[in-house]
Amino acid sequence: MDGEAETIALADVSFTVRKGEFLAIMGPSGSGKSTLLHVLGLLDEPSSGTYLFDGKNTYSYTGDELARLRNEKIGFVFQSFNLLARTSVLENVKLPLAYSNIAESEWNDRAAKAIESVGLAHRMKHQPDELSGGERQRVAIARALVTNPDVIFADEPTGNLDSKSGKNVMSILQELNEKQGRTIILITHETSTAEHSERIIRLIDGTIESDEKVVNRLKATDEYIK
Amino acid sequence: MTYKHLIKTAITGLETNRSRSILTIIGIVIGITAIMLVMSLGAGAQNLILSQVQGLGSNTIAVIPGLVSTSPSQIAANLYSDSLKPADLTALESKANVPGLASIMPVVLGSYTSSYQSNTYQVTIFGGTDLVASIFDLTPASGQFFTSDDVTSQSKVVVIGSKVASNLFGNDNPINQQISINGVSFQVVGVLPSSGGGSLFDFDDMTIMPYTTAQTYLLGIKYFNRLIIEAAPSANIQVVADDITLTLAESHNITDPTKYDFSVQTQQDLAARLGIITTALTWFLVAMASIALFVGGIGIMNIMLVAVTERTREIGLRKALGATDRDILSQFLIEAVFLTGIGGLIGIVLGSTLAYLISLGLSYGLGLNWQFVFPWFGAVLGFGVSALIGLVFGSYPAHQASKKSPIEALRYE
Repeated sequence: MDGEAETIALADVSFTVRKGEFLAIMGPSGSGKSTLLHVLGLLDEPSSGTYLFDGKNTYSYTGDELARLRNEKIGFVFQSFNLLARTSVLENVKLPLAYSNIAESEWNDRAAKAIESVGLAHRMKHQPDELSGGERQRVAIARALVTNPDVIFADEPTGNLDSKSGKNVMSILQELNEKQGRTIILITHETSTAEHSERIIRLIDGTIESDEKVVNRLKATDEYIK
Repeated sequence: MTYKHLIKTAITGLETNRSRSILTIIGIVIGITAIMLVMSLGAGAQNLILSQVQGLGSNTIAVIPGLVSTSPSQIAANLYSDSLKPADLTALESKANVPGLASIMPVVLGSYTSSYQSNTYQVTIFGGTDLVASIFDLTPASGQFFTSDDVTSQSKVVVIGSKVASNLFGNDNPINQQISINGVSFQVVGVLPSSGGGSLFDFDDMTIMPYTTAQTYLLGIKYFNRLIIEAAPSANIQVVADDITLTLAESHNITDPTKYDFSVQTQQDLAARLGIITTALTWFLVAMASIALFVGGIGIMNIMLVAVTERTREIGLRKALGATDRDILSQFLIEAVFLTGIGGLIGIVLGSTLAYLISLGLSYGLGLNWQFVFPWFGAVLGFGVSALIGLVFGSYPAHQASKKSPIEALRYE
């Protein structure tokens, strides 16, 4: 007995995400949205139920296979950036490559391209503490992109940013979705952020309250220009 | 992850936490330094003792009563054994029995109170022949040695050690004075210089006289406590030793080697036995120093566990980005082994430098013929052990790190 009361974070949650979709999961804190993201991102296993990732039941994967899938198919963007301190932007972005099968000769090229795609080519040699919050989050996006994943999970990516930087991050995510066809799963508690997506799932107390298309989808680039 | 990158990651990890890394390795540095110091000084002491034993002349053979002592009671029994008799002396001196024998000196030993006027001093009596001067390389500081005539005529003459002279005579000149030993008067004919205390055979407390004189006037015995034989320079020392053994066995009428009531020791035997003693002492001190290493290892484990907690976020991030449990385990294990390995290297350099400085101090400060020895074995052992400590004491924290769940790690603030 570990003395902790058992808490059910998610119950009776069932939905499908298409390839290339931009989904937002919303809910107040404690609604289970982080747990849901962890399960979807293969960081946690559900105690019951099934999760089909890329058509295959994740239950059958070993720990090492899950690590491989996280490396190759999934990119993570966190609210608190999670960059390695005292390590340059380039080295931070290269980090996932060190755990991949990609030949080392390609690492610098790939990392540089990812950094350029988030508009930080001039910051390549800087360390995270020399960057603004928005820049740090863009480094994190570059790191998520560097292994060319199919899905990007973004956990409150604008939560620690001012609104301008937040819009910038959202425009990058929308572009990744529209131009490169990557599936984006976004977690947020702000309706304004969620409305950049195509579809919003609202969670309350671990169950789905609503699952609907966004009618008036926001375009981050338009707002950005304003 | 490739080994190259595991090592790179580990080095980056250590550099990022530089001051903690340095504090962690101090325990290992101290342990390895102590081991290197002890092993180097032990080897130096061994060399010094061996060089003194060799200084007696490698062609010297000793015959002592009883078989080689294995227990304290046997040592005492051998001391009072009367198995070495004048007949043995005659038998050994015969060229037909021991062709390689150049000279032979019977030795008797005793301990008595000596006095001069109102001064008294406890002395060790060494009864020998005039050969004692050449065998032990002794030259009187004043006066001279007794002669072979004194041995034959049982003259009551003595050569005294420096401490005996200073305790009995103070600043007076002892030469030609009469001292009393156990109530018998002896004339002092020579005084030995001070040996300086660094010598294996310390004659400072001894009074040397002809063995015949000691047997007749002090000990009242006809046998000898030992025989010291010098082999001819051209003779094979082992052959001479074997000849002596056979001659004595025949003289004592003993055929079973396990029942011999004497033993024949060459300088090589003596050197080997002294070597065992210094080696045992060295290893004892190494065992003491190993405690420091063990404590250092626990320090490593402690710090690594703290590091694992501190770096929970980094572990979670790496796992989210695709690191397997094995990658994380290797990263932390390599960090630990690097830490202790570096500590080991520093300890090796520091320990041998200290040992070198001490050996300089011993040879110039105390005037000993002390030579610095770099303990290669200690260096290899020390480095191996320190790397092993990293592996052993790092594996538990590394295991803890690798088992961290990525979400728990990422949630950790």
